[in-house]
This record gives sequence, structure tokens and C-alpha cells, in this order.
Amino acid sequence: MAPPPNRRPGFSRRAQYTTFFGYIAGVAGALLGGVLLVVAITNPAAFSGFRSFGSDATAPAAGLAARTRSASYDLFGAIGGYFAAGQQNARLKRELAAAKVRLVESQALAEENRRLKALLGLADNNPKPVAFARLTGSSASSTRRFATLSAGTRDGVAIGMPVRSELGLVGRVLEAGHATSRVLLVTDGESVVPVRRATDGIPGFAQGRANGTLQIRLISLGINPLRRGDAFVTSGSGGLYRPGTPIAIVDTLTRDGAVARVLSDPAATDYVSVEPVWAPEALSPTLPASPGGPSQRRPPRP
Amino acid sequence: MTLLARLSRSLTNRFRANQLNRVPSPLLAHTAPWLSVMLASLIPAMPVIASAPVLPPFGLLLLLAWRQVRPGVLPVWAGLPLGTFDDLFSGQPFGSAILLWSLAMIGLDMIEARFPWRSYWLDWLVSAGLLCACQALGLAFANAAGGSAALIVIVPQLATAILLYPLAGRLVSALDRMRLLPIVELD
Repeated sequence: MAPPPNRRPGFSRRAQYTTFFGYIAGVAGALLGGVLLVVAITNPAAFSGFRSFGSDATAPAAGLAARTRSASYDLFGAIGGYFAAGQQNARLKRELAAAKVRLVESQALAEENRRLKALLGLADNNPKPVAFARLTGSSASSTRRFATLSAGTRDGVAIGMPVRSELGLVGRVLEAGHATSRVLLVTDGESVVPVRRATDGIPGFAQGRANGTLQIRLISLGINPLRRGDAFVTSGSGGLYRPGTPIAIVDTLTRDGAVARVLSDPAATDYVSVEPVWAPEALSPTLPASPGGPSQRRPPRP
Repeated sequence: MTLLARLSRSLTNRFRANQLNRVPSPLLAHTAPWLSVMLASLIPAMPVIASAPVLPPFGLLLLLAWRQVRPGVLPVWAGLPLGTFDDLFSGQPFGSAILLWSLAMIGLDMIEARFPWRSYWLDWLVSAGLLCACQALGLAFANAAGGSAALIVIVPQLATAILLYPLAGRLVSALDRMRLLPIVELD
């Protein structure tokens, strides 16, 4: 049915005022939203208190949702496992045999490493994680990539701390509430992580593209030495992220770098660890930034 | 959604048997639209940890559906409180949903005055346009606040949102039936 062309609801003065003030309130709401938006854009931390309060309030429900999510992943994994069991078994046996040899080798290397470090008087700087927690939610409908972490200031989480899973870097803490905190995922456009190629240490930085991939830009411009499948780890330059944390694998090459897939898909992670902020004060400036350096570049592809 | 409609219909039938001397609960009748939009705002935040914007804006979807299926249940200023709630959880800069949802409510009202004889396709088209405008402006606001996402990133979620809109309308009509179930006995 079409609404009446005349918006006047009748002769009741009260009803007329209600309609009128409804429109006034609607326009006022839009104006207020515009003002709040300008404040939020100029000062991004302005409303963090409200957001922390909101995520603290919904933390129990979010925790339940997170447990359900990880349980359903396990279920699908278990069902999928039946289909490829025999093939997988044979492959795993081969891999296990190879891995046992590598394990002995790496134990020897670790021992040698420890001995040499003791000789140099270097402390083993593997700090203990601040907290272990679940990622309980994310901004799945926004183009910004934030996640909610089920640990806050009461667990010792502070702003700026890197968050990682066992597979690689996930992001860093942006706002810390009492029981929850907000994590800026590495795939967000605002997140820039200094990285280096794992094999030879070519430096660059990885910026999020908001669609689950990272744009890797190399610092030394020129011939693009990257190949598909190259692994990148954090370089630790500038502090914040501890060096050597895996982050991404190159997927497609671009003119000045590559588009890389993130190693630790936040959807598949169950628990993440929050690490203390890495401050590179122990590094002396004479220490070589990367083993090998840029002189060991691979030759360009034909 | 058909399941939901059937459930609500069976519930309605069950209550119809002893419907005499009963009225709808005023509390339920008045809060159901607000609560359903707020719950829908929470949905994208909860079940998945997405590394890309994959889920449609359920809150906005349900708000538009309520406004089109049952005009008058939510007032023109509903964008202010509901947008505030959505901004707490959406990850957008604070104020984005307040502004966009308020403008969408006013815009819907103006479109309704301009095209009084509405139809299924016109409703769908109008809300598709509003969804596109809100998401594109939301992207612009998010980019102004520090993000750097391309427009192509929101295309999948927009397609999902537009295709889901008729289902959201069905959901709202089912909720509307439940909202007005006569469950409170008169003395």
C-alpha cells in the first residue's frame, strides 16, 4: 500500500510533533555521526575505551564462539583425514625418515650454536611469551583487519606487543582492554612489517592488502630477485617484531616486489602467544644486518 | 529461512489454539526489531577470524529489511543508536555506521515518498543501492583512518549482501510474526 502523500498523521498535535522530532533526531544523528567520524579519523585512539568496554562485555559469548569454531575445524579435519589416510601414511613415513636425519643434524648445530654463543658471551634472547590466548573475533565485514584477543591488561598485555601463532606472525596489539584486546592483523593496510628473505636476508617490508595477502616491497630497487615460494621472516629492524618470525610466502611477482600469502592464517589458529615488544638495544651497529647481504643475490631469471 | 518461517508458523498455530484472552507482550513487540539488528551487528565479529572482508554487513542488511518490510516499526533516528552499537564491533572508525545508517534511514524515507507504489524488485534495487553506497563510503572512511584497501576488496561481500537481501526480508517477516504472538494472558 502506498503511504499517504501528506505526512501529517492526523489532527493530534502530539503525533505531529513525534513525526517532526523524529526527522530532526534523524538528521541530528547523521550530523553527530559525521563529527564522531572526523574525531575518530584524526585521533584513532579516541574511542578505544568504548570499544574495549564492548568487547569485554561480549567476551564470554565470543569465547564460546571461538571454542565452537576450533571444534568444528577439528571435526572437518577428522572427516577429511579418512579419505587420504593410506596415501598420507606412506608419505609421512618417508618424511619421518628424512626428518630424523635432519633432527640429529640440527641438534648438533644447536649444540654448536649454543657453544659459540657462550664463547661470545651473548645471552640467548628468547623471551618468554607474555600470554597465551585465543583470537575470539574479527572485523569480518569491514575492510580494516582487526581481531579480538581474549587477553587484556590483567594478563599483562600492553599496546604494541607482537602476536604470533606457532605458524608465524599474526599481528600486533593495538588497543588493550581489561580482559580483551584488539589486534591489528598483518593483512591490514595500516600494518607494515620489516621483513627479509629467509634464505639470504634481502630486506624489504610487507604491507597488508586487506584481502588476506601481503604486498612485499624490497628496499633495494632494481632487478626483482624474488621467486615464487620464497619464504619471508621478520627482520627486526626498527624493533617491535622479534627477528626470525616467519610471516609469508611469495605467491605472485610484481614489478617492485611480490604479493605473498600469509603463513599463519588467523582463521585456522587456535591459540596465539603475545610476545613482549622486541627492543634491539643489545645489537651493536657494527653487526651485519643480514647474513650474506645483498651481494649474494640470485641471478635474474631469463 | 523457510525453516524459520515454518517454525514461526507452527508456533503461531500452536498459540492460536489458546489465543483467547491473550495479547502480545509489549516488551517483546517493542524490543525485537532493535535486538535483532544488534545481534546481526555482532554476527560478523564472532564466528570467523577472517583475513579478508568476507561477510556481508548483517546489521545494515537487517535494518534496511525492517524498514522496508515493516515501515514505522523502527523510527527515522534508529540509525543513531544502532549505528553506535555496530561501530563498537565492526572495526570501522567510530561514527562511520552512525553517519551512514542515519543517512540510509533518511534516504529510504525520501525514496518512499518519491516512489509511493513499491514493489519487490524496487525494494531490492533500492536496498542494493544503499548497501553499495554504505559499503563504498565505509571503505573510504576506513581508508581515511589509516587503511589502504582497494575497492575490489568489497565486491564479494557486496554480492553476498545483495543476494541475501530477500532472505533478510523473509527473516524479518518471520521475526515480525513472532514479535506479535499473543503470549501475555489478560486478567
